Amino acid sequence: MESHESLKSYKNRLDDALDNRFLREAMDKFAVAYRASRENAFAGMDVADLIQQVADIKAAAIADSKALLDQFIRKAKAHGVHVHLADRAEDANRIIGEIAQKSGSKKIVKSKSMTAEEIHLNRWLENLGLEVTETDLGEWIVQLRKEGPSHMVMPAIHLSRFQVADLFSDVTGRDQDAEIDRLVKVARKELREKFVEADMGITGANYALADTGTIGIATNEGNARLVTTLPKVHVALVGIDKLLPTLADALTVNRILPKNATGQAITSYVTWITGPSECTTTPSGKREMHIVFLDNGRKKIAADPVFSQVLQCVRCGACANVCPVYRMVGGHQMGHIYIGAIGLITTYFFHGMENAKNLVQNCTNCGACKAVCAGGIDLPHLIKEIHARIQDEAGHPLQSLLLGKVLKSRKLFHSLLRTAHLAQKPLLDKKERPYLRHLPMIFSPDHNFRRLPAIADVPFRDRFEKLHQPAKNPGFTIALFSGCVQDFVYPEHLEAAMKGFAQHNINVTFPMGQSCCGLPAVSMGEKSAARDVALQNLDAVYLDGVDYIVTLCASCASHLKHGVPKLLKDYAPEKAAAFADKVIPYSVFMNDIVGIESDVSDGANAGRKTAFHSPCHLCRGLGVHNTPHELIEKSGNQYVPTEEEETCCGFGGSFSTTFPAVSNEILTRKLDDVTESGADLLVTECPGCVLQLRGGAAKQGRKFTVCHLSELLYPRSDP
Amino acid sequence: MVNTTIGSSKDDLAAVFTQKASLVSAFVHDVKDRTGAMDKTLELLAQKLPLDPQVASEKKIDSSVRILAAPNLDNDGFQQLSDRCRAFPHIHLIRDGLRDFPGGIDMGVTTADFGIAETGTLVINSNYEQTRLATMLCEVHVAILAVSDIRETALSMNEELETLVRQKGSYTAFVTGASRTADIERVLAIGVHGPLELHIILVEEK
Ligand code: SF4
Ligand code: SF4
Repeated sequence: MESHESLKSYKNRLDDALDNRFLREAMDKFAVAYRASRENAFAGMDVADLIQQVADIKAAAIADSKALLDQFIRKAKAHGVHVHLADRAEDANRIIGEIAQKSGSKKIVKSKSMTAEEIHLNRWLENLGLEVTETDLGEWIVQLRKEGPSHMVMPAIHLSRFQVADLFSDVTGRDQDAEIDRLVKVARKELREKFVEADMGITGANYALADTGTIGIATNEGNARLVTTLPKVHVALVGIDKLLPTLADALTVNRILPKNATGQAITSYVTWITGPSECTTTPSGKREMHIVFLDNGRKKIAADPVFSQVLQCVRCGACANVCPVYRMVGGHQMGHIYIGAIGLITTYFFHGMENAKNLVQNCTNCGACKAVCAGGIDLPHLIKEIHARIQDEAGHPLQSLLLGKVLKSRKLFHSLLRTAHLAQKPLLDKKERPYLRHLPMIFSPDHNFRRLPAIADVPFRDRFEKLHQPAKNPGFTIALFSGCVQDFVYPEHLEAAMKGFAQHNINVTFPMGQSCCGLPAVSMGEKSAARDVALQNLDAVYLDGVDYIVTLCASCASHLKHGVPKLLKDYAPEKAAAFADKVIPYSVFMNDIVGIESDVSDGANAGRKTAFHSPCHLCRGLGVHNTPHELIEKSGNQYVPTEEEETCCGFGGSFSTTFPAVSNEILTRKLDDVTESGADLLVTECPGCVLQLRGGAAKQGRKFTVCHLSELLYPRSDP
Repeated sequence: MVNTTIGSSKDDLAAVFTQKASLVSAFVHDVKDRTGAMDKTLELLAQKLPLDPQVASEKKIDSSVRILAAPNLDNDGFQQLSDRCRAFPHIHLIRDGLRDFPGGIDMGVTTADFGIAETGTLVINSNYEQTRLATMLCEVHVAILAVSDIRETALSMNEELETLVRQKGSYTAFVTGASRTADIERVLAIGVHGPLELHIILVEEK
């Protein structure tokens, strides 16, 4: 797990994890159960507002962290606390080691602290000959197994009761049944001895309150209470990002932290410690108390305008809980020390580029993490930023460099696509025209998990003139943004839509200078290419007289609306904003703006049970949830809900070619869900999702067909 | 009119508190006054199974003996409890010296300073080491809470909490349900390093 792991070896680890049946089942169950319990915990609350409050409190505290630290130190010293400042991980380790040695401590009990994991504290203390025992059940289990945690809140979530029973049998020298209640009691007994013998206790802290010099610790098992009560010495290791002004701030954060972490209203214990408390076994009658504040790069992050929000993290672990990749591969593969979306980002800062470079690519950009983040952090965006940064520092891989270069010139890009169309001819399956049977050389056999569609004979841009019917007194004038996949691979989606536009007297323009939306470049860490492409599109699409920029690709829509203004904020902010303002996804345009009524209801194309796959960029990216359901009903078909309608399909652009095995697992889970619903038809609103889902359904011989919403509304057979 | 409103809102808070505490498997009992609370405590102790000592080295005590710690009751309260215990020779009532029982005690009875209705949480001033140990080492924790000390949310009683927390050497505990874990296969198990059971006795008259 240490530095310099190649992408290949990382992928091997992913494959192993995918083969681990227990892990896969446990993670699947967890993903579904978590969603329900979180919803339940927040029932009747305005979650978005709560998250905003937490984000504001944390952001203000980060901006003010120097003053808060000074204030805390003053208060804590007055209470009799020894306060230490550690710039780097080694400093913190050294300081804590010295405290142990000076106080004559030999045996140490710890309660769970991700910050201690971050600096590899146990290893350091053990090298000094000290005995360190983790007392949180999950942490103790992974410590005994000589592993790291696989989840920030549930460190041993990757293990079964049988594995724990085997481990405990070894530890106690007695056979232990794989019965969870009994195993918990084994830990209670084994660890009680450790508490009693310990000279020193180490904890982290969830909160450090500057106003009163208090630390707050949230736990469920009650171990932190014993750790801070029985031993004579207490050391709290606290990241400077844990500073908050007042108790009220901490109470506000604490309203969301446990709910987001595990769906609990509050943890069993929250302990507030203000200086050394009574300890009857010391001569002074007070415990010796130390607080070690850790920087380890936090100040640098705080000063970074893009990344400072990383410190708004309250370590709830929710970003892992909802992540489709985490669900497939588990925490050891979806993080280094810190796990989940936040781990993809902080690994770069705390544990270096080498440990981050593979990890950071393992993200479909689905946005599920952002939607639940307790700290309101734009996690997917920051993951891409880290990816771009690493490529800038370490060099861009050839493939991504080429993509960047090609995308920068629309003409080159489009002529390459046309050439590729000719090159694929011998590869096309004659009977099954739309799929490539054998894959071109650039793809490895792994990518064969779905059938890839062929590039169309005639791209949409060459068909437009013929399809275009000038409208008399048009209701609306729109610019159609095709995106490259629909232009060159699925022109039929756009053709179907054109039929509807004509029926509703809509004047359509198709700006020929439009290029790729630029999202693929972002997802490969090619930020400057993405910016160039964005500027080209701004130039290509004349806004005068155009009411809306309509796109049938939810990813394009979301990127044009939110990504482009971010990319161009220092280049053409006003123009980008005016452009973004007009962008609208197809479903919303047809349903809410044009207001179509039951358009289609003829025989074969009606009455089918129709499931919807909500593209990540539609539901989370654009906040569209129910509009497509209405359109399905209006098409004369019956909308059927599926359990995981808003879960990612595993496409994620280059993600699916970098990590095909993971992509395939996510896809399969998705297709299973649709199969379970009994749907005849699966509809979606993004050509990338169509590519993934249709290709997967064909490959796996699923009984339902896959199409774009426009094809459902305006089927080909329709006169 | 005014009184009814206050009265009913107080009852409402107690009802919400009871419901939320029960959700995290705390047992809530309603009594009229302190005498009722003492009766209830002894009744719970009478039902309790023998202690399962957690430390092997500790000298064995007769399995019929029940250790009851009441570290933070005021003098009157402790006297009252002690008088009642006299009728039960097997109850060993203590007020301090809890470090002598690292393997555990049967029951710790403490007063709670506040209740928080929203989450069914007890707020216990645990500055005194014996209070802390009693609530940590006991198998059953009995907390006595006056209905009038229940507040709506933690934030709504921020000033009262700050008064507790601000003191030098303060150790303020929020306790919600018994100690728990879901660390093995996410299956909830009650009773890890703290009490196996939490009982809350709600006293109507302070
Ligand atoms: S965007 Fe999706 S895949 Fe990426 S880290 Fe977040 S949840 Fe995981
Ligand atoms: S990044 Fe957000 S969701 Fe993830 S652990 Fe931090 S606060 Fe929780």
